Amino acid sequence: MQVIEPKAELGVAVRATIKRDMTLVLRRRSEVINPLVFFALVITLFPLGISPDPQMLAAIAPGLLWVAALLATQLSLDTLFRSDYDDGSLEQLLLSPQPLPALVLSKTLVHWLLTGLPLALMAPLLGLMLALPGQSYAVLAFSLALGSASLSLIGAIGAALTVGLSRGGVLLSLLVLPLYIPVLIFGAGAVQVVILGGNAAPYLAILGAQLCLALMLAPWAIAAALRISING
Amino acid sequence: MWAFIHKLGSPKWFYAISARLQPWFWGLAILLLLVGSVWGLVFAPSDYQQGNSFRIIYVHVPAAILAQSCFVAMAVSGVIFLVWKIKIADMAATVIAPFGAAMTFVALFSGAVWGMPTWGTWWVWDARLTSMLIQLFLYLGVIALRGAFASRDSGARAASVLALVGVVNIPIIKYSVNWWNTLHQPATFTLTERPAMPVEMWLPLLIMVLGFYCFFIALTLTRTRNEILRRESAKRWVRELVADTDRRG
Repeated sequence: MQVIEPKAELGVAVRATIKRDMTLVLRRRSEVINPLVFFALVITLFPLGISPDPQMLAAIAPGLLWVAALLATQLSLDTLFRSDYDDGSLEQLLLSPQPLPALVLSKTLVHWLLTGLPLALMAPLLGLMLALPGQSYAVLAFSLALGSASLSLIGAIGAALTVGLSRGGVLLSLLVLPLYIPVLIFGAGAVQVVILGGNAAPYLAILGAQLCLALMLAPWAIAAALRISING
Repeated sequence: MWAFIHKLGSPKWFYAISARLQPWFWGLAILLLLVGSVWGLVFAPSDYQQGNSFRIIYVHVPAAILAQSCFVAMAVSGVIFLVWKIKIADMAATVIAPFGAAMTFVALFSGAVWGMPTWGTWWVWDARLTSMLIQLFLYLGVIALRGAFASRDSGARAASVLALVGVVNIPIIKYSVNWWNTLHQPATFTLTERPAMPVEMWLPLLIMVLGFYCFFIALTLTRTRNEILRRESAKRWVRELVADTDRRG
């Protein structure tokens, strides 16, 4: 009998999960690109629906960008566990001797890296089109990068709860969007306060605190939710 | 003590014990609600600022308190169900959710009706109104999730997890909305600074709150009993019970 060091194993498993998910998602490029296109499209709709007046757009731009990025994240959630559920690899994940919260945390990390982070990097470009005032671009990108990590974690709970349902799409948004509200308030608030000439640091600190809380609690909820969805 | 709790967890025993409890709670609820509403709506003095419209408080405040208590009760039942697999807890959570959603709606609706004469508008994006609205969405999410599963047990566990996630989030949402409100809405409308209420005003309110709680307990008992009969309809004791009732006519 070979004795396996459990500690070393966990690191290997986490790295393997991250690598596998990265490879899979990068092979289906549209999964990465679609949320970005959706983000740009939604932002395009607002000047058409409201007014092309730069002053008015600048006033509502922080909120618009944040809401659109939030919806884009939310729409991408369904793919988080879906293909793994369909081909049975999610069951393998549950059966593995490694702690499930650590494994789902690495899956969520990949989701953030390939959805939240690109959205955050793209947001300044769309901000430019909405005549967002000059000093707020860095804070916009940073707040979105920080906030979308919480969004991925909270959203993964909803995705895990609905992965077993064949038509969970609308239900998923019903579950997840109310829980996104605190992140939205402080994310959009950070951008707004910079435009008004204030200091965004307290807002970013609270976004960071929300992320810490989500990091601490969400993996357990995601793991419990996956067990419910798989065991039926 | 533990034996009693254990007994209470069995549907058959709960059915028997609740049969003895529920008339008391129904009686108490009807009595308190009658006394409270007649006292509050007829005999309590009218407010010197708001006139008679302040009497909406006797429905609005109890409903708002119940709306929050129900969410906690639902989440606690969910934990009991998840940890100890006590079926009664889930049956209670099932029947509490719609009641809590209804109370949240009543609080929002009566608030809107009250808002018209006092603030001149049906709706403001006030912190309390907004977080109440979000709470209504959380209730609807829990109810929808439970209904979406084909297997009752999965739906029950999923709803329990969501209720738990929701109850952790409610204080965070409340504080965020408060912060957001103080920033975006510099006192267009303030909840009227109420003068310390005289006794003849708050005593009926207290009675109404207690009455709403008794109503909640009574209704939960009765509906949980119905839920027991529905879910355990294949068990022998339920069939015997039904046969017994049939025989007696």
